[in-house]
Amino acid sequence: MSNTEIEIIVDDPTAPEADSPVVTSIRIVDVTVSLLLLVLAATLGFDNWRTGIAWDSTGPQSGYFPFYLSVILAGASLYGLVAAFLSRKEARETFVTRAQLRRVMQVFVPTLLFCLAVQFLGLYVASFGLIAAFMRLVGRIALWKSLLTAFLFTAIMFLTFDVAFDVIMPKGPLERALGR
Amino acid sequence: MEALGLLMHGFAVLLTWKTLTLMMVGLVLGIFVGVLPGLGGPNGVAILLPLTFTMDPTSAIVMLSCIYWGALFGGAITSILFNIPGEAWSVATTFDGYPMAQQGRAAEALTAAFTSSFIGSLAAVLLITFLAPMISSFALKFGPPEFFSVYLLTFCSFVGLGREAKHKTVISMSLGLLLAGIGMDTVSGQLRMTFGSNNLLRGVNFLVAVIGLFGISEILLTMEERLALRGHAAGISLKVVLKVWRDLPKYWVTLLRSSFIGCWLGITPGGAIAASFMGYNLAKRFSKDPESFGKGRIEGVFAPETAAHASGTAALLPMLALGIPGSGTAAILLGGLMVWGLNPGPLLFVEHKDFVWGLIASMYLGNVVGLVLVLTTVPIFASILRVPFAAVAPMIVVSCAIGAYAIQNAMFDIWLMLGFGVVGYVFKKIGIPLAPFTLALVLGNRAEDAFRLSMIGAGGDMKVFWSNGLVGSITTLAIVLLFWPVIDSVFGSVSRLMRPAKAAR
Repeated sequence: MSNTEIEIIVDDPTAPEADSPVVTSIRIVDVTVSLLLLVLAATLGFDNWRTGIAWDSTGPQSGYFPFYLSVILAGASLYGLVAAFLSRKEARETFVTRAQLRRVMQVFVPTLLFCLAVQFLGLYVASFGLIAAFMRLVGRIALWKSLLTAFLFTAIMFLTFDVAFDVIMPKGPLERALGR
Repeated sequence: MEALGLLMHGFAVLLTWKTLTLMMVGLVLGIFVGVLPGLGGPNGVAILLPLTFTMDPTSAIVMLSCIYWGALFGGAITSILFNIPGEAWSVATTFDGYPMAQQGRAAEALTAAFTSSFIGSLAAVLLITFLAPMISSFALKFGPPEFFSVYLLTFCSFVGLGREAKHKTVISMSLGLLLAGIGMDTVSGQLRMTFGSNNLLRGVNFLVAVIGLFGISEILLTMEERLALRGHAAGISLKVVLKVWRDLPKYWVTLLRSSFIGCWLGITPGGAIAASFMGYNLAKRFSKDPESFGKGRIEGVFAPETAAHASGTAALLPMLALGIPGSGTAAILLGGLMVWGLNPGPLLFVEHKDFVWGLIASMYLGNVVGLVLVLTTVPIFASILRVPFAAVAPMIVVSCAIGAYAIQNAMFDIWLMLGFGVVGYVFKKIGIPLAPFTLALVLGNRAEDAFRLSMIGAGGDMKVFWSNGLVGSITTLAIVLLFWPVIDSVFGSVSRLMRPAKAAR
């Protein structure tokens, strides 16, 4: 058995430090989310009330079912708001530390930029950019490896979806120039 | 015995080279997804769903369900070798699996895990084969009130039996139902909650939401953790496999008990996690030597794995028979059914025999092929973990975006996916469960239609939900389950009041 054994070690040099300062507690986020949900419930509830929540000759109107759901959502959020506000346990719990937030932003910001790029440059160019840049800048992987992986992955995706399965993705100037 | 004949027919549907190849591709992709950090069953199925859009429904569901089996098998690899449970239901597997790996018995633990997954799934598939046609033919007599009461039962059991804070489950569920209602009202054709936006006209697509909630948010969550890992990947030799299998009969009680728990909890929503822990704890309690659990006992791998997989598979039973998914992944498969133009529910067994029995047959075949595949290829898959997360993360993001876009060819859906990614991240961190949201989103329209049709039929009289014995008892059961925690505590305090009285006498 020993001859087939391989050791696998993966290091994480940019791991978030354990003693990083806390950005917010669970309680603050919980209260904020409850407030947002309350606003959402009010907006949706109002819209449904405008659509009609009464009964007519064909049964309940379109707004009837969702209106009462908004009421339930509002009630549960209100309860959640009070519960979160009073909870001492949630006040002590960490939502996110600064180091963690930095790492999350390292993924979130590129993803956001990627979505923007898809809109203007097309999906394939955006994917190539995202993978190459992310591997190089966040993962600190050698440039040639990053470019090669990005190219291969994008090419495989293109062949699988656009060519083999006929699932058409958003295109940009590059694809137009190449006549696809 | 009609089921057996139909099952044979199902195998005949499957045994073409095309389907078998898709099955292998699905299994490999599934194991791949299961091993990668930050991905698992539901995410994998959701992300890979677009691949199947151009296939015929039977090939598509065979491939998707194989992705699911593969992901379940793959999850066991990381929990045993690296102590990283890919899914919440593999947590119990790490208790004894990881110690075994540290003692150099990794191959044994892996064999035990794969074999017991296989046994668990098999038990559940047998249940599906014989029970699902019966339930569905019974459900063919259901009218709108019966269906609504079954939906109500599903929702209420989530609130009453879930372990999360009740109000958070209610929030998650009502939000899902509300989002399902956005767009064109299916009964009257009127627009609602669109606020004049053309993009909201189509409504919030279930799969887009799932890709964001599970795929994108999982990447954000994974990045928070320390991603370093260390472990040994061992090849499994035939000798070890045979040794474990020879010992298997000794543990028949554990296997049977766990299969039973799994099947039972799998049919009720959200059961796999509870099933794995319950399987483990019961094995420990009934053991002659409970102290040895947690130190690398093979039974501690058998018990949770069998239960988790039995329940993961049994979750497909209500989906097939009633159109109500028993788990997050089942909900996604259900979403897939709708994309392929199939209407989930009891009629499926009548109108699409090939499809249903092909799927059931693929559960048998997929598990057998999967077992052989994982037993032979563990080291290859374990080395996938060497690929740095910085390379995996952007690829997953791209796959998610492709998936979200492909469903309706809409750029708006990519933004929606990103939005749901953030929502999923925040919800997971503040303890709002996502499973009820998923379920509500996929069932929302049908639940509302059933409600309104029964109201129209009954002229707006709520008594229609108690109009006959069947619908009445389901509705009552739903309400009892909704208030179960209250009822439970009342009974608890009443019996506490009784006890001292008896003692005094």
